This record gives sequence, C-alpha cells and structure tokens, in this order.
Amino acid sequence: MLMNTIIDLLNWLNDSQLAVLISENDYLFPWIESIHVLAITIFFGSLALVDLRLIGLAFLEKTIYRVSEAILPLTWIAFGIALITGSLLFISKAITYSHNTFFLAKMCLLICAGINMMIFQKITGRDMADWGVGNHIPLSARLAGLISLLLWISIIICGRWIGFTLTPTMGS
Amino acid sequence: MRTAALLNFCASIGSTQLSIWIQDHGESFVPAVQVIHILSISAILISTLMINARILGFGFSDRALNLVIKRFSPAIYLALTCLLLTGVAMIIGEPARSLANIAFQVKMLFLLSALLIFFIFKKTANQDPQYWEKSHQRQFFAKLLALTSIVLWIGIVFAGRWIAYL
Repeated sequence: MLMNTIIDLLNWLNDSQLAVLISENDYLFPWIESIHVLAITIFFGSLALVDLRLIGLAFLEKTIYRVSEAILPLTWIAFGIALITGSLLFISKAITYSHNTFFLAKMCLLICAGINMMIFQKITGRDMADWGVGNHIPLSARLAGLISLLLWISIIICGRWIGFTLTPTMGS
Repeated sequence: MRTAALLNFCASIGSTQLSIWIQDHGESFVPAVQVIHILSISAILISTLMINARILGFGFSDRALNLVIKRFSPAIYLALTCLLLTGVAMIIGEPARSLANIAFQVKMLFLLSALLIFFIFKKTANQDPQYWEKSHQRQFFAKLLALTSIVLWIGIVFAGRWIAYL
C-alpha cells in the first residue's frame, strides 16, 4: 500500500513538467548541480568549523555559543539552498535516483545527521550557553561533533558516488 | 585554448602507465579522488570566506587581520596541497578532458587570481596589520578585493563542475 503510493509519487515526479524541463535542457542540470556543489561546500565547511570547536580542536578561546551564533546562520542558508537544488536534481530523474544504492544510503545518513543534531539541541547541548571557553565541554557533546563530521563526510562520499553509479531505469 | 601542441601533450600524458592505471580503476579511484577534492575545496572556501568576512566587516572584529589570516593559513595550505595532488591525479587520468577544456582553463585563471589576492592580504597584513584601515581609499580597495575573491572562489566551484559538461 505504502510502497504503491511511493511508486505513484515517483512516477508523477518523474513525468512532471519540471522534471522534463530540467532533464531535457542542456544547461539547467549542470547549473543546478553547480549551485548544489557550492551550497554543499559552504555548508560542510561552516559546519566543520562548529564541529571542530565542539570536539575541541579549534577556536578554543571562543565559547561554543558564540561560534555557533556567528557561523550557523550561514550553515543553514547553505543547507536550504542544497536542499532545494538537491530536490530539483532528484525530481529530474526521480525513478533513476530512487533505484540507486548510494542515493538511498545518502538519504539514510541525512536522517542520522538530523537525529544527531536533534539530540544535541534537545539534550546534550541544552545548557550550551553556560559552557565557557576552552575544552570544558561534556564528552557527549564532543562526541556529537565528531559523529556530525563523520556523517557529513559519508554523505558527501555517497553523493559523489551517485554520479558514478547511475544507470537509467525505465519507469514502472 | 585547444592548440595542437596542447592536445599532443595531453595524448602523451594519456599514454603513460600511470594514466592507464587510473583509467582502468576509474570507477572507484576517480570518485574517491573527487571526494577529497571537494572536501579540500570546502576547507579553502570557508577559510578564505572567513578572511574576506573580516575585511568586509562581518566578523572577527576583535582580531587584527594578520591574526585571522595566520589562523586560517594552515588550513588553506593543507587544502591547496590536497587540491593540487587530487587535481593532478584527475588530469593524468583524463588529460584532454581537463587541460584542453575551457572550464578548466577558466578555473585555473580564477584560482591564480584568488591566490594572488590572498597573498596580497597576507603580505601587507604581516608588514602592517592596520595597513588596509589607514585611509578610506585603502578600506574601499580592500573590500573590493575581498568581494572579488569571494566571486572568484564561487567561480572556481562552478567552473570545476562544468569541466564535466563542456
């Protein structure tokens, strides 16, 4: 039942006007992809600065609160752009992507990264504003930073592998 | 630029043992190299962005410019080394696809310009941390250079992706 709904949705996306527009135009896909890559590099780079501060490898003279406050707005903007452009790329070949192992792995890892961040926001990092400078940060929070870095690197790895493992699949 | 000499050069790289090995292992070697390349781009992009943000007045206002540059320089040099090594590996694997490609040539031009701006800021700020704050003209020029640098780095990412399409 659910599976049928998903297949219907993928077929509908795959045949939508937007999908046809992106996949049939010679320049739209590379342009959207370029913006996607730019957004990913800025997203990952800025998030890595915050994660490195959490782990205790950089910016120890600043509190984690100040580093997050200064950097995370940029991280979220970049994430939003990556999400929009990523969705457009997906729509253009929805069925092909949904059959790709690395695409599916990337989506699972994205969910894991989201859960990791939510646990940090709600539990581990609740009293973040009280953490001072230096390395006096709970081990669980430092671990959250490390897990975040590793997850996002894995997401980038899967993302790059999608481009090398795509095999066109006919809609069913 | 696509001269006969350049294409000959590409052909001679393409026939080396190393190139043939990379071509044979392209399926996993190329994406692996590209992942390191993208992560390095990410590091250099965010590092230069932080320096440019300081010059444009968007952060690190409590720190002198030379200290901000000094803080991000190791990341920039490490990223540059990785970019060079992975970039060369990709060129050896598919020389004509990169060297004779207009997108690659534009990317290199942008890269040299962006690095030139970085070294201008590094040298002047080392000699005098307040160098760019001493007159309105200098402030304006520094901001113009910083904005140019941001545009160049964005151009580098775009040109890099377009190598695959042109």
